[in-house]
Order: sequence, then structure tokens, then C-alpha cells
Amino acid sequence: MPVLAPIGRAFLALLAVAGRLALFAAAGIGHAVRPPYYPRLVGKQMLEIGYFSLPVVGLTALFTGMVLALQSHSGFARFNAESAVATVVVLSITRELGPVMAGLMVAGRVGAAIAAEIGTMRVTEQIDALTTLSTNPFKYLVAPRLIAGLVTLPVLVLLADIVGVFGGYLVGIYRLEFNPANYLKLTWQYLETLDVVSGLVKAAAFGFIVTLMGCYHGFNSRGGAQGVGVATTNAVVSSSVLILGANYFITAAFFGT
Amino acid sequence: MAPVPKIRLGGVKKRFGDKVVLDGVDLEVAPGESVIIIGGSGTGKSVTLKCILGLLEPDAGRIEIDGEDVTKLAGRERERVNAKIGMLFQGAALFDSLPVWENVAFGLIEGKGADRKSAKAEALKALAQVGLTADVGEMWPADLSGGMRKRVGLARAVCARPEILFFDEPTTGLDPIMGDVINELIVKTVHEMGATALTITHDMASARKIGHRIAMLYQGRIVWAGPVADIDRSGNAFVDQFIHGRAEGPIKMAVRA
Ligand SMILES: Nc1ncnc2c1ncn2[C@@H]1O[C@H](COP(=O)(O)OP(=O)(O)OP(=O)(O)O)[C@@H](O)[C@H]1O
Ligand SMILES: [Mg+2]
Repeated sequence: MPVLAPIGRAFLALLAVAGRLALFAAAGIGHAVRPPYYPRLVGKQMLEIGYFSLPVVGLTALFTGMVLALQSHSGFARFNAESAVATVVVLSITRELGPVMAGLMVAGRVGAAIAAEIGTMRVTEQIDALTTLSTNPFKYLVAPRLIAGLVTLPVLVLLADIVGVFGGYLVGIYRLEFNPANYLKLTWQYLETLDVVSGLVKAAAFGFIVTLMGCYHGFNSRGGAQGVGVATTNAVVSSSVLILGANYFITAAFFGT
Repeated sequence: MAPVPKIRLGGVKKRFGDKVVLDGVDLEVAPGESVIIIGGSGTGKSVTLKCILGLLEPDAGRIEIDGEDVTKLAGRERERVNAKIGMLFQGAALFDSLPVWENVAFGLIEGKGADRKSAKAEALKALAQVGLTADVGEMWPADLSGGMRKRVGLARAVCARPEILFFDEPTTGLDPIMGDVINELIVKTVHEMGATALTITHDMASARKIGHRIAMLYQGRIVWAGPVADIDRSGNAFVDQFIHGRAEGPIKMAVRA
């Protein structure tokens, strides 16, 4: 069947990529847990991934919280459930929107930067040069980024959660005229530890995905400036898709009953 | 009994797709010897060095360093062997993310675990040898001229005092005087450190000055090898055409009008 052949080929190609990616990830993790370690580089990457992402992640979370408050208020007014606004805001932010929004913003910012940097190092033979200087590129380039992504994103998302809830609070108080004490009480009332923890687990997974895809595409880039451009695009697109996919499965694992 | 050659290539083959680049390269380099590889652009000189370093895997053949078969080495074993080798890449391949002095000291700091202060002193010494001052050490690779980058690359290759040195076009892009300074540095390094050197160059004056022996690569094989003194009476038409830079001769350049 001529129609099935291309589908089969595409499927096999997908499997091959998944296999290569899994091997790459395994090598990255293997080198991250075995010495020598590069604490300086991990620190530098944490600064790069976490600290410098604060403004964009903070703003995104703030506006998301504000919009959530407005939307849920106008929607719930139809069946007189306006008092649910605070709960909807805090649950949506901690479980879903905090980690997903932060993950996507970091994918655009950090994933692209990692792919461009490592891709340039590949095409200008800097990665080869590392090897000749008895330094393993996986240890020196990949492992610090994976570690930094894994530990920094949860912190970033925790802050995003706070800012997002605060955004909802601002709109609730100044626009929707809730009583401040009452709004805060409603915010806490139905919030469970698991809501926050599941979000932080997602954040760690997303941090790993973003840095892994940035490193993977950068490492495998070919063919000069154009190749680096392609690697950057692929890193952002693939990590965004993987984030949304992983989000479903983690949610299902936590709350799928 | 002849001493074990420092480097020995036997029947090394490498192809990219259906393009055959190396087609059975045989070459021996004795300890303390300085061998020059000459050959037209794109004949696989850089590929030969990358095969020895394990950056490219040969399709066939055997590569020995100090009598040890290194053709299939990987991981820690490869690092141990590469620690003996210092390499100047054709494009210098300096690390953009590190200042010049850290580039030069990289092998000492990361490879040999030296402390940063003494490594910096060594790096500045190496920079001085290639005619670069201490303030260049504080600059970033992106801010250097092409010839300066080449010299920094050279300083990086010799800084950790490896037993074996690979120079890929060390004098290309340098003015004639600086070119000669570099020639003297290579002669001195080989002489004083007792290092073994393998140099690629198109610069015949430089080849005569730094080489003990010259090998000519053409169509994937070493077509002639002999002492520098014999180069003018090699009796080999390829060598004659090459060293005199004649367009007419047995070597056909793929040029179409
Ligand atoms: N990674 C690679 N993938 C595909 N082809 C390659 C690769 N590396 C080198 N080649 C090809 O191998 C051939 C030899 O390349 P190499 O860089 O060794 O040339 P060279 O002898 O060093 O030339 P030059 O003097 O111009 O530096 C070239 O035709 C090049 O296109
Ligand atoms: Mg070359």
C-alpha cells in the first residue's frame, strides 16, 4: 500500500529520534551523578535559568492570575457562584498554569539560548576542543544544565504561584470588590499540599525537558549558522510540545484517580 | 630494534557518505620527531588529525599511540590518551564563554586539576611566548583578530606541555614575521620539551623550518614521505607540482571555467 509506506517511515523515524534522545538523556544523567562535578558551572546555569527568568515568569504569572480572577468571576456570576473565584484562582495557578506558563516561557528563553550556545560550540569545533583538553563535553556542558534546570524551575514556579495568586487577589479586591480577609480565607480554605507539590513536580520535569532539548538539539546541530538556527527552533518547539504532553501524564498520575 | 613509533597509522580509511576522503593512510611518527603533512585543500589533512584524536571514527585501519591501539577507545580511556596530545584547530576553536587566559589554562585547570592562580601564571607565560601581552589574557575571544585567535589556540595547545602536538595550519593568517616567531616556537617546543609534532601547513617555508620529515597526502593516501632535505629532489611529480605551486601537473584541481 503506497499510502502506508510514508506513514510507516515517519513512525520509524520518530522511534529513532526517541531512542537517540533517550540515550542522550541517559548519558547526561549518568555524567551528572558521577564525578568530576562542576559546581561553578551549575551555579552559573542556575543564575541563567532561574534568576534571569524571574521578570518574564513573574509578569506572566501576574497577568495570568489577574485574568483568571476576571474570567472566573464573570463566568461564575451566571450561576451565582462568585465566591468560588479565590479557590479557582489558587487551584488553577498552583496545579496548572504556574508550572505550564513558567515552563513555556523558560522553553522560549532558556531552551533557545542553550541550543544556540551549544550549537555554536559544535559548529566552531569548541566541543571537539573540549575533548582534546581531556574534558568530557557531557560533564562540562550537558550535566550542569540538566541539574540547574531540574532544581531551579521548582523554585521559579513556587515564586510564580505566589505572584499569580497575588494577581488574582489584586483584581479580586480592587476590581471585583471582594473583602480582602474573606478572599484570603477562601484562597486557603480548599488548598491542599498536593496541589502545590504536584505543580512543583511538574516544574522539575519541565526544567529537565527544556534543558535536555536545548542540549540535544545544540549538540546535534550541523552546518554553520543556519544549522544553529534550526537547532534553536527545534529546541523551543519540541520542548514546548513535550511540556504540554508531560503535563497531561503528570496530572493523570496525580489526580487521574 | 627500532623504537616504538609515537604515532602509527595503518591503512586508515574514512568516507563521508559516498565521498571517500582517506583511502588507506599509512604514516609513522617517531618520538621527538616533527612531521609535516602537506596536500591540497580538502584532501583530508584535518580529518586525519581528527581520526587520531578520536573525534572522527575511521571506517577501517588502525591507529596506535605509543604502541597502544587507540582506534576504538572511548570515555575515560580516550581521555587518558588525549591528555598526551595538544591540538591547535584550524579555526582555533577558542571557548567564547571564557576569557583568553582561561582558554589557555583550560587544560591545566580542568584536565590536570591545577589551582587557578598558578594556572593563570602558566597561561600568561604561554601567551607571552606567542607574542601576546597580559592584557590580551583578560580579553574575550570574540574581540580578537584572526591571527591573535590562532596564537591563543597555539598557546592553549602547548600550555599543558603535552607529549604530542598537532598543529593545523599554525601560520595561516599571520604576517611573515609573526609566522616566523611561531615557527621558532614550534621548533623550540619540539626541541626543549622533546615533544612529537604533527603539523599541517600550506606554507613551505614554515614546513622546511619546523619539519624533520614531510608527508604528502593526495587522493586519500600518503603519496610521498621523506626527510625535509629531500623535498626538492623527491622525484615525485605530485610533490614537485605542490611545492612549486604550479597549476599544470598531475594534480588536477576541480576547477571549471
Ligand atoms: N564532518 C564532515 N562531514 C562531511 N564531510 C566532511 C566532514 N569533515 C570533513 N569533510 C570532508 O572531508 C574532506 C576533507 O576535509 P579536511 O577538513 O580534512 O580538508 P583539509 O585537507 O584539512 O583541507 P584544508 O587545507 O582546506 O583545511 C572535505 O572534502 C570535506 O568536505
Ligand atoms: Mg584542514
